[in-house]
Amino acid sequence: MRVFESDVLCIGAGLAGERVAVEAAQAGFSVICLSLVPPKRSHSSAAMGGMQAALGNSIMGEGDCPEVHFTDTVKGSDWGCDQEVARLFAETGPIAMREMAWMGVPWSRVVPGEHTYYKGGKPFQATEKSENEGLIHSRAFGGTAKWRTCYTSDGTGHAVLFTLDNRLLQLGVDVHDRMQAEALIHDGQRCMGCVARDLRTGELVGYFAKATLIATGGYGRIYRATTNAIICDGGGQITAIETGVVPLGNMEAVQFHPTGTVPTDILVTEGCRGDGGTLLDVNEYRFMPEYEPEKAELASRDVVSRRMTEHMRKGFGVPSPYGEHLWLDIRHLGEKHITTNLREVYDISTHFLGVNPIRQLIPVRPTQHYSMGGVRINKDGHAYGLQGLFAAGEAACWDMHGFNRLGGNSLAETIVSGRIVGAKLVEFLQGYETVFSTQSMKDAALTVKGRIAALLRGTGDDCYTLRNAMQDTMMEHVGIFRNGKDLEAGVAKLQELLERSKNMRLASGNIPGPNGELSMALRVPGMLKLALCTAYGALMRTESRGAHAREDYPERNDQQWLNRTLAYWKEGDTLPTLKYEPATPFYILPPGDRGYGGGKIITADISSEKNSALRTTGVRRATWDAI
Amino acid sequence: MQTFQLEEHNSMTLFIALNMIRETQDASLQFDFCCRAGICGSCGMVINGRPGLACHTQTRDLPNHITLHPLPVFKLLGDLSVDTGTWFRNVGTKIESWIHTTKEFDPTAQEDRMSNELATQIFELDRCIECGCCVAACGTARMREDFIGATAINRMARFISTRATTAPRPITMN
Repeated sequence: MRVFESDVLCIGAGLAGERVAVEAAQAGFSVICLSLVPPKRSHSSAAMGGMQAALGNSIMGEGDCPEVHFTDTVKGSDWGCDQEVARLFAETGPIAMREMAWMGVPWSRVVPGEHTYYKGGKPFQATEKSENEGLIHSRAFGGTAKWRTCYTSDGTGHAVLFTLDNRLLQLGVDVHDRMQAEALIHDGQRCMGCVARDLRTGELVGYFAKATLIATGGYGRIYRATTNAIICDGGGQITAIETGVVPLGNMEAVQFHPTGTVPTDILVTEGCRGDGGTLLDVNEYRFMPEYEPEKAELASRDVVSRRMTEHMRKGFGVPSPYGEHLWLDIRHLGEKHITTNLREVYDISTHFLGVNPIRQLIPVRPTQHYSMGGVRINKDGHAYGLQGLFAAGEAACWDMHGFNRLGGNSLAETIVSGRIVGAKLVEFLQGYETVFSTQSMKDAALTVKGRIAALLRGTGDDCYTLRNAMQDTMMEHVGIFRNGKDLEAGVAKLQELLERSKNMRLASGNIPGPNGELSMALRVPGMLKLALCTAYGALMRTESRGAHAREDYPERNDQQWLNRTLAYWKEGDTLPTLKYEPATPFYILPPGDRGYGGGKIITADISSEKNSALRTTGVRRATWDAI
Repeated sequence: MQTFQLEEHNSMTLFIALNMIRETQDASLQFDFCCRAGICGSCGMVINGRPGLACHTQTRDLPNHITLHPLPVFKLLGDLSVDTGTWFRNVGTKIESWIHTTKEFDPTAQEDRMSNELATQIFELDRCIECGCCVAACGTARMREDFIGATAINRMARFISTRATTAPRPITMN
């Protein structure tokens, strides 16, 4: 087996992974980046919206500062986030954006004078100050108090990713693409790198590193309908949890979007409904007013998603080879409106769906979109449980998003956490020496070889059957609105699938070389474990908070649930072992009402000795300036 | 040359078709899809003689008989999968595809100003997703291994335009 050695190993080379790599390389450390695909193809490239940062350059962002951004973020998280981390994030945001400008990101800039902007679909006039000409501009996003989302035209993710990748070229960082990380090398105390499979040749390759970073993005591919790319299968999270000592945080916190298109699950903007579009069922009947007489299609995202799901369960979904869906009707908005204000929707519909929305209906359904949960790290990026293991970006639970992440905050997280974790990783490496254990590498390699051998012997289901069943189970049982009965059934089904995966068979047989089926088959058991962490975590959390909504426990229960779920997986188990820790070490912003989304709150006196979630750690109040 | 038969559904794209073939007929078939939304550039291939992105190519826009080839110029990995990553990294290193500046980043300072017009111009040149279709279609790239291709020339224009960040002055190439 070929073996490589470096100071830093980045598993994942999207925005977060590359930002950490840049930090380490700038400090003079040797870095190897592993990626399933050429880094510029990472899913970061698909992000369009922008990155939130409290620069306060635009007129609609006037008076903005990190404290306001912090407040928006904490409320957005429904008080599930770590407030120390949220504060660190908000304070670092502006610096990180300016740094990206220095690296070459062509941020859209302030143009002085009068402009027409839109709020709630209605235009209004505002004047940009001439003294701010040429500074980084910002747009509105996700109901924040100030407009603070920095952007580059319509392709922010792409622009920032390419800039970072160019910097990686400049710094001479080694990139090994078409590599799939299969197992971490560790001895229960330290992480020493990973064993990966070369997707060009099918061979296993060993990587020793003093510091290993997991930055593999979200794990939306455990769901049938997800906006995530094919590569977002939680590969990094799987290697972490399979060590048995590293936990995943808040896996039950999953964000959905009501209108993903069918069959490609590309999002269609909320603007369609904002401008007057309607949702129809299989009989082309407009059903939303029946469920929501006042708001109809303009109810909150969670509510619209729920009603759509309810209506399809009643049998009014449109059947299709790609699964059931509903229709989005914008025909009545007219050709002119559709080809200008809703241009993106027109392009998506015609290019990918073969649907002309001027004359035809657009197939839509609620779609998984973002994973708030992931590898649990402390505020410096160190993973719980193993020295020398770090994580950043969507793959991590840092935890700035808590139970719901704001639009524009996840993109910002990539480079802000990348900068912070990168600096801490560099600090860790200063003067650090360690011992690489050949036994540990051998153990990891044997584990992977054992899996491959089992697949070659297997006589049961093929990986596609199991994967599809897992994805359907997650949509059905662990979706937008959850209840005990469905969650229990979901957990049972996933456990059955995990059991069946032990006898998985390769339909293509023993084909040497890359073998795409083998790559998928090696992933499926790990994805089932992520699915079980999500489903079981949701079952055990008997409250509703942010994106985790229980029909049988509709209140947010601050008395008992101001905490974070930690999921461990002991080898041989069929369920994760769940532990809990306080959501935050202190409260700068004490728990309150978000002001949207509705719902009742069972309040907690956070200074009370009686609060079970806080008692053992003496969680306290704090003020912004005192920290 | 392998031949497969498939029944066409509504809204079928080559992404859907190829995955159906792999999952139901030939699990060894190699191809590269990633975002499946026309934005990552992974799925470039020659479709009935023309390079294009397979994920947003609909089967109903093609005749009943569809011929797929891997992109030429790039190293073949197998079936429809080619190594664009290595090729683009090599050419990017060759043209030094990054900002050349001696200025250090000051975390306490405000950002350098830039006109929005220039920022938009730079972004337009930055839009290229390195899918490789233009390189694969290029006669010169096929004949000359040392030809950097249209993407690199475009990328150079992107970095040259960045230099015009202060008062107008003649732009020279280094």
